[in-house]
Amino acid sequence: MLKEKDKIFSNLYGIKNRGIDSVISRGHWDNTAKFIKKGSSWIIDEVKKSGLRGRGGAGFPTGLKWSFMPKPNPDKPSYLVVNADESEPGTCKDREILRHEPHTLIEGCLIAGFSMGAHVAYIYVRGEYVRERESLQIAIDEAYSKGFLGKNAAKSGWKFDIYVHHGAGAYICGEETALLESLEGKKGMPRMKPPFPAMAGLYGCPTTVNNVESIAVVPTILRRGASWFSKFGRANNTGTKLFCLSGHVEKPCVVEEEMSIPLKELIEKYAGGVIGGWKNLKAIIPGGSSVPLLPAKLCNDALMDFDWLRENQSGLGTGAVIVMNSDTDIVKAIWRLSKFYNHESCGQCTPCREGTGWMMRIMNRLVTGDANLEEVENLLEITKQVEGHTICALGDAAAWPIQGLFRHFRHEIEDRIKNRITKNIAAE
Amino acid sequence: MILRRIDKKQPSEFKFSKNNLSWAKKQIAKYPQDRQQSAVIPLLYRAQEQEGWVSKPAIEEIAKMLKMAPIRVYEVASFYFMFHLSPVGDKAHIQVCGTTPCMLRGSEKLVEICKKRISKKQKELSSDGKLSWEEVECIGACSNSPVVQVGSDYYEDLSEDSFVNLLDKLIDGNPEPGSRKKRFSSEPEGFFKSSKFKIEEKTNASVKLFLEMPFSTDRKK
Repeated sequence: MLKEKDKIFSNLYGIKNRGIDSVISRGHWDNTAKFIKKGSSWIIDEVKKSGLRGRGGAGFPTGLKWSFMPKPNPDKPSYLVVNADESEPGTCKDREILRHEPHTLIEGCLIAGFSMGAHVAYIYVRGEYVRERESLQIAIDEAYSKGFLGKNAAKSGWKFDIYVHHGAGAYICGEETALLESLEGKKGMPRMKPPFPAMAGLYGCPTTVNNVESIAVVPTILRRGASWFSKFGRANNTGTKLFCLSGHVEKPCVVEEEMSIPLKELIEKYAGGVIGGWKNLKAIIPGGSSVPLLPAKLCNDALMDFDWLRENQSGLGTGAVIVMNSDTDIVKAIWRLSKFYNHESCGQCTPCREGTGWMMRIMNRLVTGDANLEEVENLLEITKQVEGHTICALGDAAAWPIQGLFRHFRHEIEDRIKNRITKNIAAE
Repeated sequence: MILRRIDKKQPSEFKFSKNNLSWAKKQIAKYPQDRQQSAVIPLLYRAQEQEGWVSKPAIEEIAKMLKMAPIRVYEVASFYFMFHLSPVGDKAHIQVCGTTPCMLRGSEKLVEICKKRISKKQKELSSDGKLSWEEVECIGACSNSPVVQVGSDYYEDLSEDSFVNLLDKLIDGNPEPGSRKKRFSSEPEGFFKSSKFKIEEKTNASVKLFLEMPFSTDRKK
């Protein structure tokens, strides 16, 4: 169990005084200039050594991502863009950082921005988080008034500005290139890659897009050392992580814990256990709606990290655990996700625009049992046709939950259809 | 993809209030020269906060302000789901989160209550015009589910009873947002009962901003 002193977000729930003087007294903004004076390659090296992998879902090594940024060019300024468009169903961790620990993010922006040669950061907050972006703005204003941002940010000699931007309710804008389109004032439709944002991102300039949590942990990593961070979790899955627990648990919550914590421990220690007890567990979705579910029999030994979950045909995603107990109509739970992806498809690529609708409609018939047995194969075929054939990963994300459902609960779907057929025959 | 069109009945004009206009200018200044188009979402949203919904004259006015073709602003207004392209309830527009994490904790019952109390179909006004509702996709407060959003605020940890109570209160005034289970924010329920925690703030940051309203310029609820 992660000790209180090893928590990066010591005021995650916001009970401690949130004013900047208290924030400083808790150790944030302590001699930030010291890190900047060590130079960008030192910062990037430390982040690489810490083993930090992106916290937004894909798990790409953060330090490596920063090192892709080209050398500063006066004609093409570099940008840091923070992805605070947290919309993956099940995920509600960045919300707590934005409203209760905004200074970890702001200080992280300065350090990350400097290391990639950026003088400006945009933080793109999802439209629904109105209070959260106001809270962040207050913290940014405080940072300016203390001289932590501006012409000589935190007396480092580096000029740095942060602007808060917001969306207006489109899940797709969490995809980094769609986010950039949206930030440029357009519909949030993903761009083809390459070119990657590091070459041509915001306004055609070199840009790095990072998740809120990935940036917010950086100041503490530098302060306490890469080796401190990397001692948590298993090799290649290091650090502490915010987990969001929702669904059929006694006490849903957001909590910071060590990576690779056993799933069972996470649920029982913090969330008060599964409603009806561990034996009543049916399945979990371990990393937000886009990753395939895990049935109860795999949950006993599950470790919450990138590699274990990938080896078991799922993923850590954002660390959002959606718990379902035996009262759940699991087909319906996944159907609701299909409805979500159908609603949120941006409409740019045909396989996704049309495929998400097909998948939703067949899933709907599976819920009621009105589908034919042949449609089961048909649906799987569609998920394969959508997966990997779209510009962005939304198509994959729509396909995977259904594939996961079939992998582990196919019998339940087929029984439902057979029952309906037998009933009909009996009625005749 | 959902087809969304602007309302058939449109007002004759739209103007930002004085406060909102100076706010809008500050927003535009956040972006590099000739990139003022970036401010389109914040401006549209403020127009909606001022009027309750986004009208065609508002779209055209914002296009002028940002030197954009009106169709480009129209595209944005119809693409992003938070923009209401028709009028919503006078007192409140209730956005019930219906995605799986909320569904598992009872959001379907909240939808039933909306159908009974407000209107059979979503996005239709109640008979007195005071309320309207819609089912929205995940609003990102899953550890406090089920949750509804009204304007800028989240009402969390709802039950059928507390939701009915909330609807009554929304008609009469401005009920305080936040958890209906007396949680502070997203901690496990009852977590702070132990005396080892010193609670220095009265409320979480979202509720605090609701109470203080430091940003309220000219916004409807």
